[in-house]
Amino acid sequence: MSDTILNIENITKSFPRVIANKKVTFDIKKNAVHAILGENGAGKSTLVKILYGLLEPDEGNIKLNNKDFKVNSPAEARKQGIGMVFQHFSLFDSLSVKENLILGIDEKMSYSDLENKLENISSRYNLTLDLDAPITALSAGEKQRVEIVRILLQDPQILIMDEPTSVLTPQEVESLFVTLNALVKEGRTILYITHKLEEVISICDTVTIMRSGEIIDTSTTANQTAKTLATKMLGQKLDDLKTNYGHIKDEVNFEVKNISCDFNDPFLTDLKNISFQVRVGEIYGIAGVAGNGQSELMDILIGENINIKSGSITFDNKKIEKYGPQRRRDLSISFVPENRLGHSAVPELSLSENILLSQFPKNNFIRNGIILKNNVDDFANNVINEFKVITPGNDAKASSLSGGNLQKYVIGREISSKPKILIISHPTWGIDAGAEHSIRESLIELSQNGTSIIVISQDLDELIEITHKISVIYDGNLSKPFKTSEIEIEKLGLLMGGKNE
Amino acid sequence: MNSLFPSIVSRSQSSGLMNFFVPIISIVLTLITGSIIFILLGFDPVYALYTFFISPISSTYGISELFVKATPLALIAIGLSYCFKNNIYNIGAEGQLTMGAIFGGGIGILFHDTNAFWLLPLMIFAGAIGGALWGLIPAILKTKFNTNEILTSLMLVYVALFILDYLVVGPWKDPFGYSFPKSRPFSESGRMPLLFDGLRVHFGLIITLFLIFVSWFIFSKTIFGFQLKVSGYSPKAARYAGFNQTTLVFFAFAICGAFAGIAGLAEVSGPIGLLYRDISPNYGFTAIIVAFLGRLHPIGIIFASLVIALTYLGAEDAQLFLQIPSAVGFIFQGLVLFYLLGAELLINYKLTYKKLL
Repeated sequence: MSDTILNIENITKSFPRVIANKKVTFDIKKNAVHAILGENGAGKSTLVKILYGLLEPDEGNIKLNNKDFKVNSPAEARKQGIGMVFQHFSLFDSLSVKENLILGIDEKMSYSDLENKLENISSRYNLTLDLDAPITALSAGEKQRVEIVRILLQDPQILIMDEPTSVLTPQEVESLFVTLNALVKEGRTILYITHKLEEVISICDTVTIMRSGEIIDTSTTANQTAKTLATKMLGQKLDDLKTNYGHIKDEVNFEVKNISCDFNDPFLTDLKNISFQVRVGEIYGIAGVAGNGQSELMDILIGENINIKSGSITFDNKKIEKYGPQRRRDLSISFVPENRLGHSAVPELSLSENILLSQFPKNNFIRNGIILKNNVDDFANNVINEFKVITPGNDAKASSLSGGNLQKYVIGREISSKPKILIISHPTWGIDAGAEHSIRESLIELSQNGTSIIVISQDLDELIEITHKISVIYDGNLSKPFKTSEIEIEKLGLLMGGKNE
Repeated sequence: MNSLFPSIVSRSQSSGLMNFFVPIISIVLTLITGSIIFILLGFDPVYALYTFFISPISSTYGISELFVKATPLALIAIGLSYCFKNNIYNIGAEGQLTMGAIFGGGIGILFHDTNAFWLLPLMIFAGAIGGALWGLIPAILKTKFNTNEILTSLMLVYVALFILDYLVVGPWKDPFGYSFPKSRPFSESGRMPLLFDGLRVHFGLIITLFLIFVSWFIFSKTIFGFQLKVSGYSPKAARYAGFNQTTLVFFAFAICGAFAGIAGLAEVSGPIGLLYRDISPNYGFTAIIVAFLGRLHPIGIIFASLVIALTYLGAEDAQLFLQIPSAVGFIFQGLVLFYLLGAELLINYKLTYKKLL
């Protein structure tokens, strides 16, 4: 008899370009919250996908309650008692909570049975839900509750949570932790995937740290601090990136004043009286939970949308709110929107051709309408070398690059033209740790050379690491700016959740 | 147990080489299916295929005819590729061809007793203008009112055909034509010069090759060609780049219309010599097949136009020697398109049978 519920032995899984899991071995104790901690790309997702039947390991065994455990699909995994809540929700937006729950159930169940069960689950685990609300009307935290309830309806022994707090406000995180504690008290086991150190310390009992596909350590969290965990996770001493304010000039070169925009569309967020100023050399961060007007604001900053209701954008003493993207580039304003594939790059085109999407006056790519291919190729090669983009060459299709490499390439393309201001959305979204680090470094370096930068990001750590000022966008309203070096996380959290004091 | 119907799953990568093989595979499959049809009709397939595909081009005259038919097909197809590359489905080239013939032919009728060097160039220019204007109607409707260009461009084909009908039985009827629905013949200087004595292949072929070369240059070397491509692949990226998509739609339609219009004028001032009802055996529609069979590439379109032109000639010979309705030519054209689309789907996607639990 042991109190181990899951034994993972020598799991290896390789993909064409990378070994995602290398002889991964550790045990998970019953009745506990077990964290798997690692950076993006450490192999956490691969491992849990194997547990949940989405991937098949190349080698190794898994034992559930000392019996061999092998599943080919999530449905089988659920039957064996493993449930999973994904980072990206898989809910039908236009259906109600109840309808979504019914769709997720594998066996037959009557409405009244379902309602009884739901009531039971809601009260036991702090998971209140309005069953008739449409999913679109819910916040991210509520959507996650729907996902959790859907899994709990099947009474799993082990619940896998993949980066559960990434889209939640600090208050929603608190509430999630109450739920998780209640689940563990009931005798369930939680496998908690994360890269956030504080969470591991505050709610997990045991932690397994992964780095580049290997297990670094499995230990109880009792004696760990955020610092010790971080050192293990990153594998090197963290050089604290100190925000440096010295190079910032007093001169404001980009000002947004009272921008309002109505869309008359339930899927878009109206912008309400947005104002902010960016000084020369300053990195200005806009934080907020996704869907609070970030992409709408980005469209207006790029000039893809020039139909604003009121307000102005001033750059170098010119009113530019009615300028399209190219006229703004002519003034040396540069943009990197959130989506790489199909927005800042065309996947079907070569890296070289993708250079032409963003032309600045000094580039000399075109003469009399004819593309000067040599100049474009040289520029592309420069970007590839300088930003260490891994690719066979400038004629490789953009779609053949990994997310991190393509993002380095796109950002490199924009930085190489030495813009006066760079407006960038989610610079390190969905990319590996190495690329993330080098992108943040190049942004900081750019600002020290006198470029102003506006960063829209959901990743609070990122903003705190690189920006000089942060304001929060919530439901189309932008808060006043806070100096990053003096910021209180608590305060930001409240603003992100829509509570202004 | 597997599910009864396969589901279509995107392939992670499609091979570039297959791009080249798709047209060839579809032509081979068309020939196989054609043989089966001939066998079912009771013909020796070898003899039938010979009659259809070889005998029409086994004489100098036959080869000249092949080029006569291929000329409008290639010219319209290269024009269509401006639209298709931009993801605009202009299927009204037949109407644009007709309007080109009306505009250019109208000049020819106006100057029916003038012989001057400027007459043919003027007619070609008018033909291009007529086709371009007709093409701009769906462009305006699409950009201003967001209408579907497939429907509007198609419907305008019939409008153009009826206008031609009206003109040749009404105001433009030949006063010496014994009431036949046709116009006066154009003057000698309003006709496309023949390239060889005694053969019908005409100067339109030279114009076509020239415009194909120009288009190749535009597609591969100019920023305009690049903008068409980007806006076709990803409208969002085109917006990000700041390309004016309304302008691109207008240009694509205008160029396509102008090319189809020149093709129409080349028909009436070339082999026909006057305006009458049936100036085109659906060249404007068949050119859609040519454009896709040629994979929107200038060289590909040249070869594809020859293959499809052959189905026109083959159909005539089949009617003559095998007593099969000439509609069999359309069957072959349809088969090519069918296999082309099928092969294309299977290159980018695979069929899988999902496991049912």
